[in-house]
Amino acid sequence: MRLEPHLTQRLVKTLLWTLTGFTLLILIFIIADIAVKGLPQVTPAFLTQDSHDMGRAGGIFPTIVATAYITLLAIVLASPLGVGTAIYLTEYTREGWATRIIRFGSECLAGVPSIILGLFGFVLFVLKLGFGWSVLSGGLTLAIMVLPIIIRTSEEAIKAVPQDYRTACYSLGMSQWQTVTHIVLPSALPGITTGIMLSIGRSLGETAVLLFTAGAALRTPVSVFDSGRTMAVHFYILAREGLSMPNAYGTAAVLVISILLINLCAYTLMQRMMKRYS
Amino acid sequence: MPNPVPVLREPQGSSPATTRLLPRAAAARVRGATRRPGLALIVALMVLLGALLGAGGCNSSSQTTSRPLCIAGSTSVQPFAEKLAEVYMHRRPAIRIDVQGGGSSAGIYAATRGAADLGASSRELLGDEKKLVEIPIAFDGIVVIVHPSNPLTTITLAEIRQIFSGAVNNWSDLRLPPHAIHLITREEGSGTREAFEHLVMDKQEITPAALVQDSNGSVREIVAGDPHSVGYISAGLVDDRVKALAIDGVLPTRENIKTHAYKLTRRFLLVGRAEPAGPSKDFVDFVLGPDGQGILETEGLVGVK
Amino acid sequence: MHREKFIERVLLLLALSSVGSLALITIFIFLEGFPLILSAGLKNFILSSHWAPTKGHFGILAMIISSVLVTLGAMVIGVPLGLSCAIVLAEFSPPRLKMVLKPTLELLAGIPSVVYGFLGVIWLVPLIRNYLGGPGLSLLAASIILGIMILPTVISISIDALTAVPDPYRDGSLALGATRWQTVSRVVLPAARSGIITAIILGMGRAIGETMAVIMVAGNALQIPTSILDPVRTLTSNIALELGYAAGRHREALFATGIVLFIIIMVLNLSATLITRRR
Repeated sequence: MRLEPHLTQRLVKTLLWTLTGFTLLILIFIIADIAVKGLPQVTPAFLTQDSHDMGRAGGIFPTIVATAYITLLAIVLASPLGVGTAIYLTEYTREGWATRIIRFGSECLAGVPSIILGLFGFVLFVLKLGFGWSVLSGGLTLAIMVLPIIIRTSEEAIKAVPQDYRTACYSLGMSQWQTVTHIVLPSALPGITTGIMLSIGRSLGETAVLLFTAGAALRTPVSVFDSGRTMAVHFYILAREGLSMPNAYGTAAVLVISILLINLCAYTLMQRMMKRYS
Repeated sequence: MPNPVPVLREPQGSSPATTRLLPRAAAARVRGATRRPGLALIVALMVLLGALLGAGGCNSSSQTTSRPLCIAGSTSVQPFAEKLAEVYMHRRPAIRIDVQGGGSSAGIYAATRGAADLGASSRELLGDEKKLVEIPIAFDGIVVIVHPSNPLTTITLAEIRQIFSGAVNNWSDLRLPPHAIHLITREEGSGTREAFEHLVMDKQEITPAALVQDSNGSVREIVAGDPHSVGYISAGLVDDRVKALAIDGVLPTRENIKTHAYKLTRRFLLVGRAEPAGPSKDFVDFVLGPDGQGILETEGLVGVK
Repeated sequence: MHREKFIERVLLLLALSSVGSLALITIFIFLEGFPLILSAGLKNFILSSHWAPTKGHFGILAMIISSVLVTLGAMVIGVPLGLSCAIVLAEFSPPRLKMVLKPTLELLAGIPSVVYGFLGVIWLVPLIRNYLGGPGLSLLAASIILGIMILPTVISISIDALTAVPDPYRDGSLALGATRWQTVSRVVLPAARSGIITAIILGMGRAIGETMAVIMVAGNALQIPTSILDPVRTLTSNIALELGYAAGRHREALFATGIVLFIIIMVLNLSATLITRRR
């Protein structure tokens, strides 16, 4: 028996819209639960005070510092590598086996699960190189994690810069490197920034990597050899050990809101850049 | 001579027309082209990184004053060590202490290798490890916990062994309303698990059907939420959301743990490669002194002094 | 000329960083884990489910099976939801709604996995325990949480695949008198097939590699599950649970677990890349 096509379409459309609505509801539920239970905890004191009593009391200041420190280190290490790779792939070479290997490597790297990266960082940086559980070990491992994100977005951004710009530069007698640094990179900057912001967002939410490379000392890290507990790790420990539900929700709220804001900025930047050059 | 423009896809175009193709800002940049603008930035970053790397740390061999004292090991000891470190650092702001988890074996290993100044262990030293200097800091009971709604109040060692080996898997075998027992154990390598196996299991293996959690806190959270569950945790972490069972009629009270009348009693140790000296001696003295022992007692452990 | 050549060399070096990192990761994981597979024997390693590393038993069969089951479960939940969203957004929704909904759904990707795990423990686990039985921490809970977590991957790649289908395909079909749904199901979906398969494979990779959320909701028991309400331990959670404590052969065994996981992920990535390239 065959249903009349328009009836089928109606049924299918209802089903699809229901499932879409359901997905949206899940998203709204997640955000609402965190916001409703977490936001009341987020006071200026919560953000600026030291943690006490294993995180049961006090604020989350040390974890904010550790998060910023580790993320900054990762970005400082990964950006030159990522942007350099993107410049090489787009400006300095033709498509060939070299680019194919590099692209493939970066795609595979993007697929490596964070626990594997954690294992790797643990054995190389923490044990073999003797950096211990530290901001440095965490930053180095995170840098490897975000490298593919920066490469991919930078490459797209550089490709989006109109060819005419380059032609104009060459016709003015500029060298290729001058063209890259004076025209291509500045024009692609919004896109590159997008990649960096997405990387920051990814770093903020990462737990598995940092638990095994940066450790979990609940103390404001000073040197790069100090261990640091990031917000995500702090939240994991608070929630898992049942130390303090209010503080866990508060930390989650700060974490989720900062990630969403950063991703939102990244998204708008990218949209603007795409609009300008398309 | 190689072409200076190797990937130019549109080589045509004349200069007066092409300058107009550039956005005004970009054109300005072309006119003001200075040499190596990125170089200064890269140098600055490297200097910054060098400065950060030179600052010393937990595992570096440099003996600067800023070097933190590193304590690593048992997750059972970790919360207490963190609390001790917090109070201690408040008193001696010049000294910094890093407390890491990782488990008893890892802590002992770290202390053997010198990666940590002090290892924290919730089990006794075995074999080669006995070469290390051990400092008992507290007694702890391993407490078998159930949900508060569970009518059970006491249990025998043999019954615990049967439950955890999987021989008994229904509450009806313990004269309770029938329901499957939800077992929660700790992961392989945990000092609490090793102590539990040593004190209770008598060479039998814990059943693979048991849920496995990687900390005392998470075992307690699950038992607090599940009326049919049973698990074991450190006495210091028992709170009113779970019920501690008496073993062979003996409750895990402070007194019973101190006198070892409660059977599942173990020691918490700090271990080091040599007799502690300098900051680590000062910290150990603090832990063993009245203040440190007082903190451990308030946190639910039983002091050694 | 020298300067340009020098710069090109430097850039090439930078560009090799990602390949280099990948090589380093592979080398280190294999170096640390392979000796154990050799000494324990491949058969005892992947065909036994007796895992008691401190007592010399290193079988990970139960974890391989659990990882596969959890991933399949995540697919069963995530793929229909994700594809529906993608189809609705790409084909049936007014453009303005799409402009709002697409970034909103992509925001799901930014929520950290620990938050998913936490909400799973708070909301989902008690529901399963009270209404379906068992301890609640289970194969089912892990599948549902992972199913939700892979949605952003599945949705955004599928939408891209659907929008990449040229409009003349749709116009042609509609002109022949087909309804929009007939057009979508008979013309657009087949045309976007390889992209959608890529989306599903990458979603699988995400699910099988996820650690923190799984460790929180799966229960981590060592048995081969017999029901969806049984607690399970995946390859990833085995590593994360025990890594901190492990020393000697035990640690090697965890790296060996990592090798198995790594190979599975690489096979998935490779097939995704191949499918995308063929397109």
